[in-house]
Amino acid sequence: MTSTGLAVRVIPFLDVDAGRVVKGVNFTGLRDAGDPVEMATVYDAEGADELTFLGVSASAQGRETTYDVVRRTAEQVFIPLTVGGGVRTVEDVDRLLRCGADKVGINTGAIERPDVVTDIATRFGSQVLVLSVDARRAVDQPSGFEVTTHGGRRAAGLDAVAWAAEGARRGAGEILLNSMDADGTGAGFDLELVAAVRAAVDVPIVASGGAGTVEDFAPAVAAGADAVLAASVFHFGRLRIGDVKDALRTAGVTVR
Amino acid sequence: MTSPTVVVLDHGSGNLRSAERALARAGATVTVTACYDDALQADGLVVPGVGAFAACMAGMRQVRGPELVGRRLAGGRPVLGICVGMQVLFDSGDEHGVVTDGCGEWPGTVERLAADVLPHMGWNTVTSPEGSRLFAGLTGERFYFVHSYAVRRWQPPPSEPTAAALVTWAEHGEPFVAAVENGPLSATQFHPEKSGDAGAELLRTWVTSL
Repeated sequence: MTSTGLAVRVIPFLDVDAGRVVKGVNFTGLRDAGDPVEMATVYDAEGADELTFLGVSASAQGRETTYDVVRRTAEQVFIPLTVGGGVRTVEDVDRLLRCGADKVGINTGAIERPDVVTDIATRFGSQVLVLSVDARRAVDQPSGFEVTTHGGRRAAGLDAVAWAAEGARRGAGEILLNSMDADGTGAGFDLELVAAVRAAVDVPIVASGGAGTVEDFAPAVAAGADAVLAASVFHFGRLRIGDVKDALRTAGVTVR
Repeated sequence: MTSPTVVVLDHGSGNLRSAERALARAGATVTVTACYDDALQADGLVVPGVGAFAACMAGMRQVRGPELVGRRLAGGRPVLGICVGMQVLFDSGDEHGVVTDGCGEWPGTVERLAADVLPHMGWNTVTSPEGSRLFAGLTGERFYFVHSYAVRRWQPPPSEPTAAALVTWAEHGEPFVAAVENGPLSATQFHPEKSGDAGAELLRTWVTSL
């Protein structure tokens, strides 16, 4: 029997640079895992509930390439598509939505100018805006977690839990919560981080960073995640979307 | 056999490309436009919408959307509302105590859902009534929702033609209207254009009926 109610989403994450998918251990030592449009199509066929792209390129030409990838993906894949990377203005969001993105992720742009979160939510609604938080453990912040930028190399001087709460209050409709400590380790999600943010926000949380085995996902849901995201374990075929969903189902989690 | 023409009404709302592509895949010849006459004459009209009710309704008024929908329905010409494009078909929307008039095609108010986590974001099941055409063959399928507001009560006066509408329900915190089929006027709170194969099947059914 099919279980009813909202399903926990399983989301593959694709770093896109110069039109190709890249993903490295702890965001360094990038390896090429293929064509993003082709990979999106494969993930869709395998039962991915959503796709998240990060256009890591900072150059104008690189961003044009990202727009093109989003356009081509939206023409072939009929599941929700979130796109982030270099988003700083309302116009950046408009551009990505017009290319076919359903949601837009903002990270450093929001830290530099928190008002842009409010502006984007006012113009397009909360449902389009995902606040991406790269968090790591830090004893000097009240929650024990701080916000980082530049792929985890710099501290932003913000408490990660308080920042997620402020983002939601300003109108972000979802928090993409990436543990920079767990990212690339394959040792499991940072469950304490997920639980801490769950206690502070009532918007959906996407847990990211640390997935290594199919058994890693259900604990993140138990800690409060509404969706689970992973990159390298999917790209290199170590885990299949269907196997992750089977493991979640076995653990009593509702999946599509 | 020529494919039916469908206009996706461009009233300034979000991602229209996915709706355009999904309808084309469902067999329609699709135009995204704000042109009143094109929208009036097309075999089918899709009213999209994301974001706030008031903003969507303001966009609708700019393109004479309420009048357009009314004239099409008077002539029995099909209209499909999607997400906030469905919500604006109702009497009104209540956002933080601010009430905005909708198109008034259906009775009811769009209100914030009482749920622990909002927006209601993701794939949910629906319960469709006996005789539903849009959901024929789609029992048990999930559709993609993303919204915080919804119609929580469907209570048309018994004498009205809306009383014969087929109402599909979903639940997030509480039951809400997930879709309505009412003669030429249909609508879904979820995004069929983002709901994979199940959404494609629903759109194909609608396009085929044009």
